[in-house]
Amino acid sequence: MKYLEEFRDPDLAKKLLDDIHAITKGNWALMEVCGGQTHSIIRNGIDQLLPDSIELIHGPGCPVCVTPLEVIDKALAIASRPNVVFCSFGDMLRVPGSGKDLFTIKSEGGDVRIVYSPLDAVKIARENPDREVVFFGIGFETTAPANAMAVVQAKRLGLTNFSMLVSHVLVPPAIEAILSSPSSRVQGFLAAGHVCSVMGYWQYEPLAEKYHVPIVVTGFEPLDLLQGIRQTVIQLEEGRAEVENAYARATNKQGNIPAQKILQEVFEFTDRKWRGIGEIPQSGWGLSEVYRDFDAAHKYDVTDIHTEESTICRSGEVLQGLIKPNECPAFGKECTPRKPLGATMVSSEGACAAYYQYGRFVSLESIG
Amino acid sequence: MCLGIPGKVIEIYEAHSTKMGKVDFGGIVKEVCLDFVPDVTVGDYTIVHVGFAITQLDEQSAQETLALFEEMGILEEELNVEAGDEQTLPPPIS
Repeated sequence: MKYLEEFRDPDLAKKLLDDIHAITKGNWALMEVCGGQTHSIIRNGIDQLLPDSIELIHGPGCPVCVTPLEVIDKALAIASRPNVVFCSFGDMLRVPGSGKDLFTIKSEGGDVRIVYSPLDAVKIARENPDREVVFFGIGFETTAPANAMAVVQAKRLGLTNFSMLVSHVLVPPAIEAILSSPSSRVQGFLAAGHVCSVMGYWQYEPLAEKYHVPIVVTGFEPLDLLQGIRQTVIQLEEGRAEVENAYARATNKQGNIPAQKILQEVFEFTDRKWRGIGEIPQSGWGLSEVYRDFDAAHKYDVTDIHTEESTICRSGEVLQGLIKPNECPAFGKECTPRKPLGATMVSSEGACAAYYQYGRFVSLESIG
Repeated sequence: MCLGIPGKVIEIYEAHSTKMGKVDFGGIVKEVCLDFVPDVTVGDYTIVHVGFAITQLDEQSAQETLALFEEMGILEEELNVEAGDEQTLPPPIS
């Protein structure tokens, strides 16, 4: 496919790798923020091809993984109601709540449907006026404009049987939470390319300056990742801490203005709890007052929720980059993609799922 | 979740006051919302995420990036070749 295969070219990857090996003098710990990047890195073995002195720490950029347990439990309670059609991206169906997951609700007779686009859920609501359609609106800034458009369209169509359970999360507050943590080892960031396609990258400049870390906007294909790593390492070697763009074909500084306009109209900033991490102030979006009628959390009174996390799962530490997935004692044993204990083993972007899928059962350190 | 796939816009139309279109992903054609890329025309490439074009792909920039990668290491290779050639030359007359 055009503009995909070219950025997977092995000869060019070799050139980039040779250059990274030639320029790297110090020991550097970089974090790729986005779970999609984590998967591409592990699938292509990029972490193993880099100099030993470069460590890639996997970040919390998997919205499925960080959706708080309370919200999952709320989704399960709403999806169990007899008149509800519960629509979701496929990734969310196997995420464990306190007791069940959405797949179990479906097997028990709940009407749970996987949709490709949030507009598909609006279509279901239009075609089923006697049913209540609820869409699980999760995601980072990349997905938020699509979800916002679904709400706007539902309002425009005068639908009263459509609502959204919203749990949107934002990248810059998460980067700031990681950088301000005393246990953080991260010296440079690969920022998530498609988040920046929507939001631009101007908002990373104060972070780069305040914490003196290079932040390089990076794409998802092997060459994009290598170039992002290369530019970050060059900055670290030169003692610079700037925001640079290594994904210029899809991002620019100001981002997508029409998308940002709809986000401003539909959402408002809110404090958000991140599963495995805790509450981060102003790190999420919820529906604004004007769209309150479309807020499933407002429409359905689900208050009787008692959350219970697995006691052996260490996905919180994985999400914060404190341990690698295969350092968790449950990894590949009690916890597998078929029977996940934590969300990082479920999502197609979770770091644990990536390590499991590509056979990283032991840490490199343990085999020397 | 933030996966975005590049595809070529092959048709543009309006539905429910929203700019929609057909996008070709290497032979697979899907309906995509084009409301966030108002300047996109047929033949342009966009990056599509959950059925929405989130940005127009800058083709010139893509070519420039690939050209930059192609050139990488060429200077070093040439210098290495020259250094290698020197070894085969007779010692300079002093």
